Amino acid sequence: MVRLITHNLLACHVKGCTSNNFPLQLQNVQIELREADFNPDFLKTFLPKLEWKALVDSAKELGDTSLPLEQPEMLDDEFLKNLHHVLLEIHIEEGNMICPNCKHSYPISNGIPNMLLAEHEIG
Amino acid sequence: MIPTPDLSHLSAQDYEQVYEPAEDTFLMLDALEADAEELRSMNASVFLEVGSGSGCVSAFARSILGPNTLYLATDINDRACDCTQRTALQNKAALDVIHTSLTQGIYSRLRNSVGVMCFNPPYVPTISTEASEAQNLRGIEGSWAGGSDGMQVTNMFLETVHELLSANGRFYLVAVKENNILEIQQRMAQLYHLKSKIVLSRRAGREHLSIVRFEHDGVTLELNSL
Repeated sequence: MVRLITHNLLACHVKGCTSNNFPLQLQNVQIELREADFNPDFLKTFLPKLEWKALVDSAKELGDTSLPLEQPEMLDDEFLKNLHHVLLEIHIEEGNMICPNCKHSYPISNGIPNMLLAEHEIG
Repeated sequence: MIPTPDLSHLSAQDYEQVYEPAEDTFLMLDALEADAEELRSMNASVFLEVGSGSGCVSAFARSILGPNTLYLATDINDRACDCTQRTALQNKAALDVIHTSLTQGIYSRLRNSVGVMCFNPPYVPTISTEASEAQNLRGIEGSWAGGSDGMQVTNMFLETVHELLSANGRFYLVAVKENNILEIQQRMAQLYHLKSKIVLSRRAGREHLSIVRFEHDGVTLELNSL
């Protein structure tokens, strides 16, 4: 399962591709929604590790516009529930992730992202 | 006592292509279990297993650390990724599997973030070319063929451990006597200010297995905060 929480951690690592290589753009994706247990403690701990703009943009690419453009200071229940859904309940099963810089395409197949490169592409 | 994960969904065909849990795997489980209380109290936000194979260790870690942690598992072998994912489902452990070599593609975003990290590397000494060919094949040979001193793949990963671990993070490594554990420990201390301890050892057939636990020694952290 590629959830947006994981997608928020993936960056292009092609040799020489070191700037504007994150977040990977989502293309031709098939998504599934699966309910997960709501866990506000986990969300609060993880929040500082997120690249917020990347998360908001990627959620938009999947048609979810529930997150505010700026990370709010007050973490109310409604915000946490939206965040929970975006991070943990949207599963990308198939598709491609394209580097915004070098355009390398990383496939997602059967819910598993493939970040492997050929030997000559590795930095 | 924490139950060993249910692996009944994995078949003989899976184990033709993916490393089947053995004494080294169980030694890792025992080391994690012995530290369970401390590991829980760390409130790790990220757990990472490199080379997750069957997924046994990651699923076990999930039952120790609980639901407030993100679980990431990588493997270079696509069949192993599939097995890890199925093991996660079978054990109702939310686990995110990434098909990659070591931490390629997640390394830059995981810096200083990993609370608990495990690696049961290909540690068997072989000729050097055998280890690199095994990694290129991305199959079961890559789970054991370790090249010179059995350290070829492990050494690549050891260079990145200090950058991945969070301030109070811990890294558990499986090693055998032939890997020259004392040399590894001295090198990690000198180059990266990582202190370490052999937390568990066991003889299994011809193998003398150990689990080495690494953590920041505090010196680097103080320097960084100046």
